[in-house]
Amino acid sequence: MSKNRRSHASKIGTALLVLMLFVFASGCGKKKIPPPPPPPRTPAESTATPPPPRSVEKPVIASFTAEPSTIERGQSSTLSWSISGATDMSIDHGIGAVQSRGQRQVFPAATTTYTLTAIGPAGSDTKSATVEVSTAPPPPPPPTGPTLSGGEILQRDAQDAYFDYDKSDIRADARDALTHDATLLKQIFAKEANFIVVIEGHCDERGSAEYNLALGDRRSTAAKEFLVTLGVPADRLKTISYGKERPQCTEANEECWQKNRRAHLSAGQ
Amino acid sequence: MKRPIFLTCIAVAIAAFIWAQQRPADIPGEIKKRGEKPAIAVPDFRGAGDAQRFMNTFNATLFSDLQFSGQLKMVPKTLYPLQIPQQPSDFHPPAAGRSQGIWLTDWSSPPVSANYLAFGYTAVQNNQIVLYGWLYDVAQANATSAQVIGKTYIGSFDETGAKRVAQQFAADILKLFGGVSLMGTKLYFVSDRTGNKEIWSMDYDGSNQKQFTAYRTITNFPAVSADGTRIAFTTYPIRRAANGRGTTEGQPQIFVHSLETGRKLVYYNQEASLSAASDFMPDSRHLLIYSSASGFSQIYISDIDGAGLRALTHSRSLEVEAKVNPKTGSDVVFVSGRGGTPQIYRMSIDGTDVSRLTTGEGDAVNPAWSPDGQHIAFSWTRGYEPGNFNIFIMDVASREVEQLTHGAGRNEHPSWAPDGVHLVFSSKRGRTTQIYTMLADGKGLQQLTTQGNNDNPVWTKTSQ
Repeated sequence: MSKNRRSHASKIGTALLVLMLFVFASGCGKKKIPPPPPPPRTPAESTATPPPPRSVEKPVIASFTAEPSTIERGQSSTLSWSISGATDMSIDHGIGAVQSRGQRQVFPAATTTYTLTAIGPAGSDTKSATVEVSTAPPPPPPPTGPTLSGGEILQRDAQDAYFDYDKSDIRADARDALTHDATLLKQIFAKEANFIVVIEGHCDERGSAEYNLALGDRRSTAAKEFLVTLGVPADRLKTISYGKERPQCTEANEECWQKNRRAHLSAGQ
Repeated sequence: MKRPIFLTCIAVAIAAFIWAQQRPADIPGEIKKRGEKPAIAVPDFRGAGDAQRFMNTFNATLFSDLQFSGQLKMVPKTLYPLQIPQQPSDFHPPAAGRSQGIWLTDWSSPPVSANYLAFGYTAVQNNQIVLYGWLYDVAQANATSAQVIGKTYIGSFDETGAKRVAQQFAADILKLFGGVSLMGTKLYFVSDRTGNKEIWSMDYDGSNQKQFTAYRTITNFPAVSADGTRIAFTTYPIRRAANGRGTTEGQPQIFVHSLETGRKLVYYNQEASLSAASDFMPDSRHLLIYSSASGFSQIYISDIDGAGLRALTHSRSLEVEAKVNPKTGSDVVFVSGRGGTPQIYRMSIDGTDVSRLTTGEGDAVNPAWSPDGQHIAFSWTRGYEPGNFNIFIMDVASREVEQLTHGAGRNEHPSWAPDGVHLVFSSKRGRTTQIYTMLADGKGLQQLTTQGNNDNPVWTKTSQ
């Protein structure tokens, strides 16, 4: 067994020695031969085209922004930009040519991406900015109570038609008042399907109660007939004569009497 | 010439008066109204025992009824002799030129100068008040021929009974002079004293005012049938609103009520924005109305329930207030604007023979026939500004007019009493409108109402 161990050890030692000699020998050889110089660096282009003039630069859009970038419909956003090296600059969406530095207010109705194009002799550049348009929220409810009823609108906006003493002819001023009223009535009828209007006929106190009853009736009928010629549906109009029973004004003078000689519109039920 | 209403009667009246003095017991009732009215002395009556309690009421009623009639000249009580007769046996003819006590000449000679003397007394019998009443023609030579009335009247033993026997005695006296007693006649009128215009009633002297309708809206224009059983008027009926919220006022319509039960009777209103009651026909079974079915108020006649409607006028002007002659039933007066301002026209009941009665001046409205069918009373602004109405009377045959009021207040809605001598009307003489009566010559003005505004009086044609 000891005889085998002794023979292995002598083989490893020999190999090591050979290796060491080889490494030593090669190291001594490099020191003796210097490396060749590198080849001169000569790029192909520089030799193929002449160099460009020193003033000509390629166009650059330094910045193009939209502030704010999110708006509600109807509000505005401001586009700002800064460009260098361009001769021809424009923004699309109808804005057109612009200067190299500037601002522009825009009112897009919907989300829009604006593109700025800058073109120069040395090339071109583009940049985009987007304005997002959000749909506006529904308006808040009216601050006070429900909307006006037809009767309230009549009370507020209807105009009385006035008459001459003992007459039921529609005067020029009554014509204007009733024309105004016809428009109003059509609006009310469009909103309230069952709305009925009562045309009250009134008189001043000077005639007899009986004759005034007939005269007030005639006045309300004349006003109704006129409204119907303006396209107000006759079946929505009722008449009632109050004669001199419900005066608007109770003094005994012409100013007051004129106030009472009238056709007045009120809500029927 | 200015008083055509009485003109024809004057000659008759004078003749009848002379004749009446000769044969007083047989007076047929035609001593007439104007010129010399018979002078009557009415000393206070006294009551035996407990009957005296109600004699103030009795004496006041008797005197005022006779005075109110307008038929008699009332001799002031201050002129009466000290000794007052209470029964026929109190009279003693003078003997040999010397006074033996009370005698006819005490009353016929100055200062009393009466033609007639009413006297008597009351007593309580069987718990009733009994009036022994006499009327003497004091121009007669003896007590027997002087007696015109000698009659017993019985009433309940209270104020009402005392008033009633006084009214009956007064009515008998007035009958002798061609007068119609107004006792028991009523007036219907419009009052706003509750806050709404309603129909009210009262006695002819303004007493006993009572609310008849309670519609709480505007109720107007009463008309009473000749038989006194029905009243028609115009109102804005209150209806429940179609949308269920509250109530609403309908267009003016005719309502008819029973005066016996007070209840509403059926009356069918035609489809029209205005229908108003005007007058009953003398048969009490038909109604004259005005209605705007054609677009212009026109005169119609209908049955008592609204059926059988027929237009009497066909104009494109305003026509209201049709009143039929109560005697003929065939002449209608009405108000029309066909010539411009409202004027009074006449036509036949079939709508033909239309003619204008007033001159065309001012506004002429509110025609009302006298019971004899000869005259109309009406309201006219002739000579005044619009609205300043006065009461006029027209003799329809001659169209002669007489003005009864002269600018005092705004005077409207005359209506004749059944006696043909009195008129009731409304007048705004202060802040409010009130109801007055006067004689048909414009004298004897009396105010009947004071509360609220009172208007539109109509005098019933019969006692109720």
